[in-house]
Formats: sequence, C-alpha cells, structure tokens
Amino acid sequence: MGEILVKEKDIVAPGDIMTTGMDFIPADGAIRDGENIVAAQLGIADVKGRLVKVIPLNGVYIPKRDDIVIGRVIDMTFSSWFVNVRYAYDAVLSLKDASSDFIERGADLSAYFAIGDAVVAKVSNVNKSMAIDITMKGPGLRKLTTGTIVEITPQKIPRVVGKQGSMISMIKEHTGCQIIAAQNGRVWISGKDAKDERLAIKAIKFIEDNAHKSGLTDKVKEFLTQGASQ
Amino acid sequence: MSYDKRFDGRELNELRPIRAKTGVVKNAVGSAMFEIGKTKAIAAVYGPRELHPKHLQNPSCGRLRCNYNMLAFSGSGDRVRPGPSRRSKEISYVTELALSPVLDLSAFPKTVVDVFIELVQTDAGTRCAGICAASMALADAGFRMKDLVCAVSVGVVGDTPVVDLCYDEEAYEDGAVDIPVAMMPRSGKITLLQLDGDLSKEKFEEALSMAREACNKIYEVQKKALKERYKESSQ
Repeated sequence: MGEILVKEKDIVAPGDIMTTGMDFIPADGAIRDGENIVAAQLGIADVKGRLVKVIPLNGVYIPKRDDIVIGRVIDMTFSSWFVNVRYAYDAVLSLKDASSDFIERGADLSAYFAIGDAVVAKVSNVNKSMAIDITMKGPGLRKLTTGTIVEITPQKIPRVVGKQGSMISMIKEHTGCQIIAAQNGRVWISGKDAKDERLAIKAIKFIEDNAHKSGLTDKVKEFLTQGASQ
Repeated sequence: MSYDKRFDGRELNELRPIRAKTGVVKNAVGSAMFEIGKTKAIAAVYGPRELHPKHLQNPSCGRLRCNYNMLAFSGSGDRVRPGPSRRSKEISYVTELALSPVLDLSAFPKTVVDVFIELVQTDAGTRCAGICAASMALADAGFRMKDLVCAVSVGVVGDTPVVDLCYDEEAYEDGAVDIPVAMMPRSGKITLLQLDGDLSKEKFEEALSMAREACNKIYEVQKKALKERYKESSQ
C-alpha cells in the first residue's frame, strides 16, 4: 500500500521522495523512481487523488500551443516577422497569420508591424525542435500601442490571473487599468494616467514576490486599498 | 609520523562549517552561494539561450555549459590569473559531466544553459563547492532535475583518510592524496571522481565511504537552503 510522504503545500526540492508505492501516478514536475515518486523540480507539492505533481516556483517560459504571448517584433523578412517571446529562439509570424487584408506583392510590411512593435499573439504551433509559429488571428490579438509591459516569472502568471480571473479583475477594478497577462510572463497594463499604471505594476510585482503564500487575494486587496489612498 | 590530529582540530569525518543560500544573484534565472570553511563559491544560471557555434547544438535536448573561475586574490598565496586556463577549463568540463546526469533539458532543444561558477575565496575543495553551488542554482532556476548533486573532497593525509581537506592538509609534507567526489545522494551514484596520488585499495574504499556519508550531510544543507528562500517570509 502506498504512502504519501508530503503534506499539502509542502515545498519540495529535486530528489525529495513524495509518495511510495505504485498506487500513485507522477504528473508535471514529478518522476517515478522504482516504487517511489520523486520531485523533479523545486516547487510546491500537490497530491490530487492518485496524481502527484509539483507546482514550480521559478523557471523559464516553455512555449506551448494556444498560449497567449506578448512579443516584440525584432526582425522582418519579405513575408514574415520574427518576434521575441522570451524563449531562446524567436517565434515566426508569417504574413498569412498576420492579417486578413489582401497584401500586394512588394508592399511595405512595416505598415502592419514594424521592428520594435509589441504584439499580443497566440502560439499556433510548436514543433519538436521548438520552432514557434504565432498568429494574430483570434479574439483580442492585436498590436499594443499604448501602456506598459512588465516581465515576471512565467510560472507566476496563474497567480496573477487567479481563480476564474478573480485576481486580475480585482486589480482592473481597483486601478481602472486594462491588463493582459500573457503566458510568457509579460503583463501589459494600460491606464488612464501613469499613477494608476504604477499601482497596477506594483500590485503585480507584489503578487510575484508573494506567489507562494496562501491568502494572497486578501493581501493584494489590502495592498491595493493602501496604495490607492496614498 | 602519522597524521592523527587535524590541523584545524576537526574529527576525521567532520566537514568544515557550511553555509548555503539561493537567490543571491538577482539578474540570473537561478543562483546559489555555497560556502564550506574558507572556500566560497557563487553560481549563477542563465538561459536557455541560442547556442553558437551551431555545430554544438543538440536537436533533441539543451546543452549545459559550465564556467569555473577563481577570482584574482581568492587564494591565500599569489595572485591567480582569472579566466580560462588549463586547470579552470578542466574543472569546468568535469563540472558539466558531474551535473548533466541529473539535469533534464529536453524541453529546450538546440539551446544552451550557462552556469557561471565564481570562486570568491578558496581554501581547497573548490571544484566540489562549485558543483554544490551549481546544482543548487540549477534547482533554484526551476530546471527539471532527477536529484541534486552533492560533492566533497576526501583524501588520505599522511596515512589517514579524512573528509573535506583544507589547503594545509592538501599540502601536507608527507604526502596527501586528494579525491574529489560528486554524487547523486538518493541513488548513491557517483558523477565525479578524480584521484591524483598513490594509495592502497583499502584506504581508497575507506575514504570513499566517508565521502558518501559527508555527501548526505551536504545534501540536507542544500535542500534546506533551497526551501528556505520560500519559507522565511511566509506568513
């Protein structure tokens, strides 16, 4: 009979034995080693039924299909753009995924996206060797012309968004800013004035620093009300 | 004359005092400091990044690249010339070999993950301190690892097997053998073992079993330091 050796929300380091016995199944961040399931990543232990996984606390962005990402155009060719999405290699935005307009041969592509532009895009495909294709076709995908972009650890984006978007909508309400939290750890914030934006940025940094703590929603609420009164 | 009392008064199987901390380099993806006695190593992890020259790229998995470096006045003797040398290149390479068995970079094909290990202060056992720091830094960066890697140097000073040699012991006049050992503590598999000198099989085996014991102690320190960063401020 298997045994669970970790408590809920325990922090585990690589090599920590989490469960014994063959009753359990390793999921993200955990591996099977003989009879045991071992943590393969530094993170928070999470045992749900028979599934054993580790929720990572830190890491780099690993692109996945259907991720919403915020990227920056860094190069272009006659038929595509190269977009930095915080991965080692640039994502490719091809002309047919960039716009539904009819674009004439030899047209000036910088009219659509120029080098330096920020975009919200969707990862349309990632192949085995991590060549990334992105698309601009989809609801909400567009060029970002105003606002500020901040970078946080991608693993903390789920905390910024919260359950059913509770956290992010709270920040939006309090600051009156528009916010897009992308899976690659970039957050776009656009408010009516700089003061609102600054408060929203501070709140997001606060969530990043305190992501591993419980009762975060209340703490952020307190943080926002304090910040707003100053 | 036999060496039965150690210069610094330690037991034969006693490690020097250890301090470890993660998150010491803010701009790195992950970082760690590992201090054992007067030897202090700082490791910082960057990447994954595009790997050049291209022929070094592995299309199925990322590559680990380590860089070991001693600072100019880190030793107690003359100025050491920092930067690549025969010695530092060798140590960088064996560090890579010691760490790669635990590291899983299959999510990052064609890329490189850089680990920079700086020895701020040295008193023997630098490659082991460097490996300990590097394995913690990689875990801190959130890379997938089967296990941590712990390293310690053991040796035979005079005729006595001891753990964690300091510089004076390494330079013992009647001869000393230095054996740096790195291992994966859970499985007990060895990922680094170097030996330079003359000793009997029995002495070697005795030293190696002392190394295993010492590595398990280091493992506890490493794990504690990794978790500490997320614990101290909670609630």
